[in-house]
Amino acid sequence: MRHIISLLMENESGALSRVAGLFSARGYNIESLTVAPTEDATLSRMTIVTRGSEDVIEQITKQLNKLIDVVKVQDLSDGSHIERELMLVKVRASGDLREEMKRMADIFRGRIIDVTDKTYTVELTGPGSKLDAFLQAIDPAAILETVRTGASGIGRGDRIMKI
Amino acid sequence: MADMELTGAEIVVRCLRDEGIKHVFGYPGGAVLNIYDEIYKQTAFEHILVRHEQAAVHAADAYARATGQVGVAIVTSGPGATNAVTGIATAYMDSIPMVVISGQVPTAAIGQDAFQEVDTVGITRPCVKHNFLVKDVRDLASTIKKAFFIAATGRPGPVLVDVPKDITQHSCVYEYPKSVSMRSYNPTSKGHAGQIKKAVQMLLEAKRPMIYTGGGVVLGNAAPQVTELVRLLGSPATSTLMGLGGYPAPDPLFLGMLGMHGTIEANMAMQHCDVLLAVGARFDDRVIGNPKHFAKEARRIIHIDVDPSSISKRVRVDVPIVGEVAQVVEEMLKQLKASKEQPDQTALKAWWTQIELWRAQDCMKYDHTSAKIKPQYVIEKLYEVTGGQAYVTSDVGQHQMWAAQYYPFDQPRRWINSGGLGTMGFGLPAAMGVQMAFPDAQVACVTGEGSIQMNIQELSTCKEWKLPIKVILLNNGYLGMVRQWQEFFYEERYAESYMTSLPDFVKLAEAYGHVGIIVEKPEDVEPALRDAFGKYKDRLVFINFLTDPRENVFPMIPAGKGLSEMILV
Repeated sequence: MRHIISLLMENESGALSRVAGLFSARGYNIESLTVAPTEDATLSRMTIVTRGSEDVIEQITKQLNKLIDVVKVQDLSDGSHIERELMLVKVRASGDLREEMKRMADIFRGRIIDVTDKTYTVELTGPGSKLDAFLQAIDPAAILETVRTGASGIGRGDRIMKI
Repeated sequence: MADMELTGAEIVVRCLRDEGIKHVFGYPGGAVLNIYDEIYKQTAFEHILVRHEQAAVHAADAYARATGQVGVAIVTSGPGATNAVTGIATAYMDSIPMVVISGQVPTAAIGQDAFQEVDTVGITRPCVKHNFLVKDVRDLASTIKKAFFIAATGRPGPVLVDVPKDITQHSCVYEYPKSVSMRSYNPTSKGHAGQIKKAVQMLLEAKRPMIYTGGGVVLGNAAPQVTELVRLLGSPATSTLMGLGGYPAPDPLFLGMLGMHGTIEANMAMQHCDVLLAVGARFDDRVIGNPKHFAKEARRIIHIDVDPSSISKRVRVDVPIVGEVAQVVEEMLKQLKASKEQPDQTALKAWWTQIELWRAQDCMKYDHTSAKIKPQYVIEKLYEVTGGQAYVTSDVGQHQMWAAQYYPFDQPRRWINSGGLGTMGFGLPAAMGVQMAFPDAQVACVTGEGSIQMNIQELSTCKEWKLPIKVILLNNGYLGMVRQWQEFFYEERYAESYMTSLPDFVKLAEAYGHVGIIVEKPEDVEPALRDAFGKYKDRLVFINFLTDPRENVFPMIPAGKGLSEMILV
């Protein structure tokens, strides 16, 4: 089962490596991991997408909680939540493709943020599945480069993770 | 005076003093020279200079195991730190409270591949409870305070503080914090009241109860409470290798150690009980064997542990209780005493009848008529000669199992061994740590000829400090446990498990300034031990017992098999 786990941790050097090290040492898988400081600069917020049986996920959350730098852990998949991922795609945009790429970007509510004679760079946000769908919808030969952030997640409604 | 600035090196030493530390084990080097200069000037604690950093960490570790206080070791950067890693990992696996202070190259040189530079925080990360790199002298005192706090609370463990050399030169006003509060670290101490109630009810209803205690009972100082609980319930009890002494072994309610080399009665009772209470234990592979086999029998499990991640890790449990074991068991005792219900005596009687049948198989018997020295016999005699009151440290292998099986510890913190990591070379430095803590106690290091050579240089440290340790070498000429597995599982192909050219251990002991004795016949075992603990009471005595090379540790559950699949003699 895919799980999306959110954590708040002390914004200390080496904190990220403690989390990454935990996953590799115990053989857990990381599908994606995003991290950045929060509005409180002493705290970082991390979103980890992982897969595992219920037992494995239980151990992952317990082991994360055990890390001294970790302040709070929440399995967002336990309740309703929103997740978003940002992708930047550089595509061929010459000849017929120029119009086609513009149209596809519009359909997926993407934005073209950089333009040359031959290329567009499209910015796209959404759940991972939408980003996948965009990549499938365009001609694979037209894709020059992609970069994705991995998912960031937050609980819906009153579900708040704060200290 | 209050505002006088101290250097980082002075601060390290002051922190240790203010923490009440009496003994520090270590080895100097470039990056810690400033700290050592301050150690030279002070008298608050003794510094024990070892001969290899691994030994410093093992000694500090054993000091903590024996006393319950946090052990302290100091090592230099680079090779000092890497030599310490085995010791740190050993302490981590057995949850031993310890603070290691390591030197580091100056902050400006970090990342430059400087002389004796290594990423100590990175290398030790997976085998410490936590570690710190101090980048500002103003953080030094509070970091050391945190290190002691983290090491000793919750599930204990080693904490490393890496101190760059320039930080030991910088100065600031010193203040040692009185207390620590960390928003990210608040270990649970009190068990959940509802869960405790459920557990008590379950134990009262049990027809075939079993209590299984681990290292957590020893570390959590819960032996008196657990002992009372076992007796109140009339339940059989067993301990893991790490838990020995948590319940008095000579007591009839005690079924011996469980696990890979546990007794029939302990392992069978684990498998056939209807309610299992696990206290400060973690169902590891050497204890329950194959978890699938273990789970075949229906039983309800109550698990008390201070570390939530130990619960339902290998075995699903019915009543998890997170908290300090002493507090939780104390609360259980209160409720049991107040309850109108009593354990079902008829059911209990039938259960004990079954257990006595298992016990009657006498799985620990061995050949007493042999002309060769049986290692089990040496341990039995050691028990007799020391009146069961010695601190026994061990290395890793067959001798470790025999010591665990044939020296019935009746109190906690007397049996000191590397259970989790299984570190050969632990025994002798561990004995040093114990003897430093208790100069008048009888301290025996049970070892093998393989293990003792992994830290034999410490005989020199023992001489310097006049430590009257008794080294009980069960010398069978083989890496015995390896040999045993090769005999059972590799069709007797003894690959690299036989050592030729062993040193003359008597001369070796004498070369280090100690007493060496060789014992080749069973009838000489007891007199040699009596001499060691009598005539040579104040000396380190190294006894080389030439034991039966073919002797194996029984019972044995092959790796990956279940608790009821034992190989007997």
